[in-house]
Amino acid sequence: MRSIWRTVPPDTLRDIALVCVADAVVGASFGAIAVAGGLEWWVPVLMSVVVFAGGSQFAAIGVVLSGGSPAAAVATGLILNARLLPFGFTVADTLGRRWWTRALGAHLTTDEGVAFTMRFTDPARRRAAFWVCGVGLFAAWNAAVVAGAAAGSAIGDTDALGLDAAFPAVLLALIWPTLAAERTTRNAALVGAAVAVAAAPFLPAGVPVLLALAGLGVAAFDREKRPDDTAKGSGTKDSQTPAADSAAPETGGSPPGAAPEQGHTSGRPEHTEDDENTDYAEGVGGAGNWCTAAADPQEVGR
Amino acid sequence: MMPLIAIAALAAGTFAMRLAGPALHGRVEIPQRVQQLLAVAATILLTALVASAAFTQGHGFAGWARPAGVAVAALLVVRKAPFPVIVVAAAATTALLRLAGVS
Repeated sequence: MRSIWRTVPPDTLRDIALVCVADAVVGASFGAIAVAGGLEWWVPVLMSVVVFAGGSQFAAIGVVLSGGSPAAAVATGLILNARLLPFGFTVADTLGRRWWTRALGAHLTTDEGVAFTMRFTDPARRRAAFWVCGVGLFAAWNAAVVAGAAAGSAIGDTDALGLDAAFPAVLLALIWPTLAAERTTRNAALVGAAVAVAAAPFLPAGVPVLLALAGLGVAAFDREKRPDDTAKGSGTKDSQTPAADSAAPETGGSPPGAAPEQGHTSGRPEHTEDDENTDYAEGVGGAGNWCTAAADPQEVGR
Repeated sequence: MMPLIAIAALAAGTFAMRLAGPALHGRVEIPQRVQQLLAVAATILLTALVASAAFTQGHGFAGWARPAGVAVAALLVVRKAPFPVIVVAAAATTALLRLAGVS
């Protein structure tokens, strides 16, 4: 264990600690909002341990608290967590070969952990960053949810305290970096949000939010209108994304040209094709998931 | 209501998606197009949740106090205020408006 602490550079340790603190605030909000909304205290606590994915926990609870069915809550949460699928591939090299370290590591995979792991190319440092962040976040998140749930139980009239406005505020703060950085995503998200709100009077709770996925059509259309973007790189990433731009410098657009900067090859001896690894780097960095931005020390305060 | 079976289903599905990568490590690759779509879909869903939670309550309008609080939060988010400040400001704005009689 001591060697793992030494392997992670001090400034990265500090950044991980800051992210843990920021996430603890989110976790406390989650616990308090869930309990204040009328759920029993063990519901947010159990969810946090076994699901351990903040966005989907908020989403599922949000659907249920607004009167939606549990099935709609599960569907919403699972769609949100689908992004963890490519993340799993990104950090797979850090999880070791034994089945139980893979299973444990898989459960500890978070947006933040993936972002920190990607800072390094050295296998030992990638491994250390992943595990320190994963274990630290798991501890901080769950402790905070318990504390938040306890505080929520003590509060009587939550509407008088404005806690119902805290939930959308939390989510907005988390997704803003993505919305600000990616124009295509922002347009699609705005259309989707309008669809969801317009459909709310007519459809069962939870369904309108899923209808927002119609916004994906906007994203596809937007991309078709700008063929220049698709000519660059592999044709699927959003050129508005700073991470994607930096990963694909002006080399005529072939992804292998971007490989040296990301250099994930050193961490994954089984993979020798540079383009694959670069794709993952772009996929995660360019994916712009909210907590990727939170891993930047400048953004941690949000 | 959030029954145990729903929590279990969400947990199992989430774990399956997390485990796929490590389990298939070195054998299968996800097309980048799919990765991109997954990322955009997640953001769209979260944005829709923000809008729904801010403006609607069940099938109706949530009243002005809540969207006003969220609007204050949005302003602070854009100005890169610290996270705790954003959350407290949203709740405080809504609470004060309600105290003043705005629903």
